[in-house]
Amino acid sequence: MIPLKSKPVSRAPKLAALVMAAVLMTWWGGGGGGTPVTTISASAGGAIGPLTTTPETTGLLATTLNTLPITVDAGPQPTASPSINVAYVSVTVCAPGTASTSYACQTIDHVVVDTGSSGLRLLKSALYSSLKLPQVLNSAGSAIGECEPFAIGTTWGSVRSADIYLGGELVSNASFQDIGDTPGGATGVPSDCSATGAIQGDSGNLTTDQEALGANGILGVGQLPNDCPPCLIQTPGYYVPAAYYNCNSGGCTNAQSVTSAQIVQNPVALLPVNPASTSNALDNNGVLIDFSGVTGSGSATTGYTTPITTGSLILGIGTESNNKPGTGQYEYDADIYGNLQTTYTDSNGGTAVAMFGVLDSGSNALYFPDSTIVQCSSPIGPPWYCPSTPTYTLPLRAFNQSVSGSEQVSFTLVGLQELANNAIAANIGAYSDSQSEPNSAQPLFDWGLPFFFGRQVYTGIAGAAAPSGVSTDGAANGYWTY
Amino acid sequence: MNTHTATKITLTATANAALAIVTLLALLCVPSAHATLGGDSASIEADRQHMSVKLAARRTVAASGSYTVSASTLPSGTEIRQYLSSSGVVFAVAWSGPFIPDLRQLLGTYFDTMVIRQAGLSNAGHRHFSMHEPGLVIESGGHQRSFAGRAYLPAAVPAGVNVQEIR
Repeated sequence: MIPLKSKPVSRAPKLAALVMAAVLMTWWGGGGGGTPVTTISASAGGAIGPLTTTPETTGLLATTLNTLPITVDAGPQPTASPSINVAYVSVTVCAPGTASTSYACQTIDHVVVDTGSSGLRLLKSALYSSLKLPQVLNSAGSAIGECEPFAIGTTWGSVRSADIYLGGELVSNASFQDIGDTPGGATGVPSDCSATGAIQGDSGNLTTDQEALGANGILGVGQLPNDCPPCLIQTPGYYVPAAYYNCNSGGCTNAQSVTSAQIVQNPVALLPVNPASTSNALDNNGVLIDFSGVTGSGSATTGYTTPITTGSLILGIGTESNNKPGTGQYEYDADIYGNLQTTYTDSNGGTAVAMFGVLDSGSNALYFPDSTIVQCSSPIGPPWYCPSTPTYTLPLRAFNQSVSGSEQVSFTLVGLQELANNAIAANIGAYSDSQSEPNSAQPLFDWGLPFFFGRQVYTGIAGAAAPSGVSTDGAANGYWTY
Repeated sequence: MNTHTATKITLTATANAALAIVTLLALLCVPSAHATLGGDSASIEADRQHMSVKLAARRTVAASGSYTVSASTLPSGTEIRQYLSSSGVVFAVAWSGPFIPDLRQLLGTYFDTMVIRQAGLSNAGHRHFSMHEPGLVIESGGHQRSFAGRAYLPAAVPAGVNVQEIR
């Protein structure tokens, strides 16, 4: 879609000023308290600040340790590249080696919470080089490189390992994508990677990279345990292009396959038992995004104009008192493409149309086709929706298919023409009708972050044990419940 | 949607003949290094060879009096569809599946324009890319495991064809 918040000047006057007061990027030690701060010198470009030791967990409740506060704000570059409808958390990464008491950590803010992808990705330019996070190598000693195409651009970098703190829970020695890093010293981007779109986040300049990514990283907490299951397949002659590479200073070649230790995993799938929990349940079966506290503070027409800080990313499903789905809550299974079934009837009450659907916190709008809704005129322009009646908001409904029936979703669409200049969240939408799965004419209804406001949405990881009463059929491709 | 579905009906005799010619041309011609979007039928075959598509995977999935659609499934599982006008121009391409295909190959010279437009954007939360310019339209969207997009040349779209049919 025409980017709502882009650097080019061709934006609507009302949107051109979608900015907030400049907020300096801040760095702070990971949660807890009481542990002495170990400061080591930082030499990463532009990033200066203390590194801290591991977050202290003593004395905290299980329901604190499994919780990451979410902030919805204008992003790390609120003036040059303001964000809207983007949920951010902070993630702490440390040099691997939990047995050590003196290792160093860095907390990265403005990491996007994304249920539409799996795996942690962080800008190299936002990481202190002094962390010395090791490159992940293959059995021959070559560095692993990774290409991760998104529809709007592609991230390229090395795979490195870190001890990753999500809230107060530690994932030890896990692989993540170091965006913009040169794996094994290989310069340049493999041609099949750059053939998927613009390479973003590799300028080496923190400000430029933040403007490109709108974030310091992406925390993919989707339904897959890793970011490329086919990349694990060891069939001679078969490999996934534009995915994993073996690299050295001479360049990169496509990796025929990678191992589970090398691949970028969904860090949630690696979570241990909550250290403060009295139960033995692993928090590795999924996450809850809790925006139930987000209600009427934003205007229906102007959107939310002050940062939303009442959301949480909560680890585990049914493992603690703060992540238990309600009784009778429906289960929505994903298909092999990570989609459910959505049925949508246009705003005039026309024929119901079968679509695929996805509950995607990493998407900043509701993207779906409805030719009866007025699209914005210049300068906002199509495909954004600009309903003017009634009162610039439009009540709509759709049905998501659960394993036990078709469940209605009522929602409201806000016309962008009335959006406040400094809106950081709103129920906005855009027309999109691309055929979304092979051999099917159905378009995709992308339920972006607006769907999550006012709700508790659980994303269950494929193959992980779901709590009793939540998933009844195994949900081999993952599931949602809300 | 309805229009699109309508194009998937059984081929007419005329369209069958056109398909046979197109297929013949594709098999006889030496794959050209250029083209794809904006190219000729041979460029479809060039794409297929570049992307390691098995010949048997190619099939015609739609046809009308003014164009045919060739669909191929890549080893990655992603399907690409190329729209060839009766005058022999690939006026549109589309894709859908778990991995974004080689767009440099599929879009040809228009790929660089897309990259320039993408590079000017912030991508936080943007699951969809869209550029609507007089000479080129590209829409791309989706999420990990499910990507889809289309591109077409407005000036090359055959008269009477609704661009909504390009999906």
